Amino acid sequence: MMDHASTSSPRPAHSTAGLAFLDRLDYSVLQQCMHCGMCLPSCPTYLETKKERNSPRGRIALMRAIADGELAVTKAFGEEMYYCLGCLACVTACPAGVNYPQLFENARAEIEHQGVLFHPERQFWRWLTLRQIFAKPRLLHLVGRLLWLYQASGLSRLMRRSGLMRVLPKNLRELEPSTPTVRRDFSADLISENESPADTDSVHYRVGMLTGCVQDLVFSDINRDTVDVLLHHGCAVTTPRLQGCCGSLQAHNGDLTQAKIQARRLMDQFDLAELDAIVSNAAGCGSHLKHFHTLLADDPDYAAKAKRWDELVCDISEWLVRIGIRPVASGDGDVDGKAQKVTYHEACHLCHGQGITKQPRAVLAAVPGLELVELEQATHCCGSAGIYNITQPVQAAKLQAEKVACIAKTGASIVATANPGCHLQIQNGVGEGVEVRHPVSLLAEAYRAERNR
Amino acid sequence: MVTNSRSLPLKPALLAELAALVGSDNVLTAPEDVIPYGFDGTAALKGSVACVVLPTETNQVAGIVSLAAREGIPIATRGSGTGLSGGSVPVAGGIVLALTLCDRILEVDPANLTILCEAGVITKAIDDAALPHGLFYPPDPGSMKISTIGGNVANNSGGLRGLKYGVTRDYVMGLEVVLASGEVAWLGSKCVKDVAGYSLKDLFVGSEGTLGIITKVLLRLVPRPKARRTILASYDSMAAAAQTVSAIIARHIIPCTLEFLDRKTCQCVEAYAKVGLPTGAAAVVLMETDGAPGVVAEEAAAMAEIARSEGAIAVEEARDEAHATRLATARRSAFSALARIRPTTILEDVTVPRSRLSEIVAYVEEVAARHRLEIATFGHFGDGNVHPTILTDETDHEEMERVELALGEIIDRTIALGGTITGEHGVGLAKKSFLPRQFDTASYQMLRSVKAALDPAGLLNPGKIFDPLPPVK
Repeated sequence: MMDHASTSSPRPAHSTAGLAFLDRLDYSVLQQCMHCGMCLPSCPTYLETKKERNSPRGRIALMRAIADGELAVTKAFGEEMYYCLGCLACVTACPAGVNYPQLFENARAEIEHQGVLFHPERQFWRWLTLRQIFAKPRLLHLVGRLLWLYQASGLSRLMRRSGLMRVLPKNLRELEPSTPTVRRDFSADLISENESPADTDSVHYRVGMLTGCVQDLVFSDINRDTVDVLLHHGCAVTTPRLQGCCGSLQAHNGDLTQAKIQARRLMDQFDLAELDAIVSNAAGCGSHLKHFHTLLADDPDYAAKAKRWDELVCDISEWLVRIGIRPVASGDGDVDGKAQKVTYHEACHLCHGQGITKQPRAVLAAVPGLELVELEQATHCCGSAGIYNITQPVQAAKLQAEKVACIAKTGASIVATANPGCHLQIQNGVGEGVEVRHPVSLLAEAYRAERNR
Repeated sequence: MVTNSRSLPLKPALLAELAALVGSDNVLTAPEDVIPYGFDGTAALKGSVACVVLPTETNQVAGIVSLAAREGIPIATRGSGTGLSGGSVPVAGGIVLALTLCDRILEVDPANLTILCEAGVITKAIDDAALPHGLFYPPDPGSMKISTIGGNVANNSGGLRGLKYGVTRDYVMGLEVVLASGEVAWLGSKCVKDVAGYSLKDLFVGSEGTLGIITKVLLRLVPRPKARRTILASYDSMAAAAQTVSAIIARHIIPCTLEFLDRKTCQCVEAYAKVGLPTGAAAVVLMETDGAPGVVAEEAAAMAEIARSEGAIAVEEARDEAHATRLATARRSAFSALARIRPTTILEDVTVPRSRLSEIVAYVEEVAARHRLEIATFGHFGDGNVHPTILTDETDHEEMERVELALGEIIDRTIALGGTITGEHGVGLAKKSFLPRQFDTASYQMLRSVKAALDPAGLLNPGKIFDPLPPVK
């Protein structure tokens, strides 16, 4: 069957010698893609353009061409890999089990290593965010406090009204209105390092709590709710005070070197031997946190520890279902006794990244007075995709509009979702009148209501 | 990967003319844009691409073909590139004509039970459009969520429902085709009966882009069946599974689906789809009957009884409609799911008269043992169409030689059993060397005569089905 046109094997036109990441991948990871095309209908960027380059299969073909020396790491390749949302819908769609996350992260790392997208301003922002603000927990807290001050003091409104915003560069100016509102209290202000259920006899599990970075500053209430729910389930909770970013931001954006530093630092804060689980409530983090073993495979000091770490990490809904959700004594639902409609948006890195779909719904089902209305295209990306809404605002806005239209169809007044990026993106899209909540917060509220009855 | 490495860039003047036709966004020449068009869904076949053109309507297709004819440049047409015989792998030095942007459904005609759509419409979208009218488009190739109807027609694609409902050809009532000259021709009609002249539309069904470019398709729809029942039977031997299929047919039951999966296929599919397929059984048969509720209930009961009496170790019914759909969807992923085991997955498509089915299945096992190869088998048992799938590694040259030998032997035995080298994937590049073994001299020559008559310059997908002919002066 191999007798067609020409059988001459191509001589590599480009050297593969300079590759630092793509050539270190086992070639079989690339070969695993048998280009059947089953991923195409799941890919938001392919559906937008209907061009192969913008599909998972096309991107893998480019990576393979690079590994084969038929293509250099070019600016166009770099742009393509940053057009990819990294939503991993293709991972769910792929019958062949291609490890796209690994390909995606290494491709972006290669692009940064080769500097094909180099631009002084881009480098500055990358340095400031990936290597400074999100690399240094204390600095992140300081920036958070300043941002809170700026927002709470009314200075932000003044800036906008006075036209002073105009002195800022265009991209910052456009970004400013969508900056998330920072909380006055960060997680460490709300959660003690060690908390146990009031009744010490009822401690069944010891759990480590991950507070995240964005979650820590912007959704510290969700972190508090998570701890409350864990305590209610007989879990003694350990929450290291200054955890910082887990490194998923860096890993998803081509900085695997920094991601490894963050991973090691985070692991060092937990006593793995003492814990039954390490719980995350942010899908984007969880999806990364479960693969420290791959990230640190070539680190002799951490490889074994990382394996144990991966076994312990789980999403809060996953953990609750595993240990059994404690039922809430049924309340009256809404004030007038009518059930409140809630719909569920599946964060990409929960459903595609971790294969978790049933558990968050089980959490919602445990909350009395809620009626779950399924969302059309619930597993489609909302356009947040980490920092995609900043780097690719046009495509992100299209996906946000599609998501909002589907939400409107449900008639729900609450959208439940379990990732800070989706939370902000959807809240920005739906505006007032529809509330975005983390499933665990809804459950925490139900337990509180039960206690107060 | 086999590569045809020559891809001379097209002349800038020609590229400018193409851009004037379809817009510069839809003429791709940068390596990052064209490399992903170098292949289809077939393993180990790759070509290099000089230029990809994405038209949005028939006039543009006609214009592109006229330009290519003037310049003597070959064209390989494709839809979503999910083909399994290399039929849409690009031709060296040629243009890839991608019809994915021609994706409008033009008309659903519930009075005449027809649908008219452009070639780039996704197969599943056709059935989705028929659904609100209580109508049904039965052909359901494994890739139906992304394959295009143009590609289905060009390959006369089958699917899981072929046993009862037939294949794509059985639904094509009319075609709009751009000929090699650039002229546009309409073939066929909405009439149930139509014997005016040769059935030219039928010439283009299964022509694999070598005779003309299909731009619009008029399809027949049928009333949507009211009921459906799905049964899963597992066996500890392949022979018992095959015997069940024969017994069902012998009882004059024609269910819409009689699918077979061997142990390896079940394990791979289950690893992906998690639908509860038995992974320990030697063989599993997925049966589905649809139609009027009374008949469906009767047939389902009869099939379950036959399965038990032929020695099935378990017979279970799908819990509900959603579970039935999940089972069928899982089965459609079989080929891709098998890629989990080894780097290269080479899929065969041999088909034999139904009565010879167990012979070919046993022979495939024998060949696998003899050549020390890993071969998983699944397929449409009710149609006699099996997909022995060789799990191998294209970079292992010694093993690939054994693969070639095994393929040749399976093909020879298929032909000896009165079968065909391809039931539903087409000849393309992957099977063209085997085609002369199946055809007698006169019929093989007839294929080439038809090609020479419709594409005298030999510019439409040359080298597919058979080697290029010398151009007719």
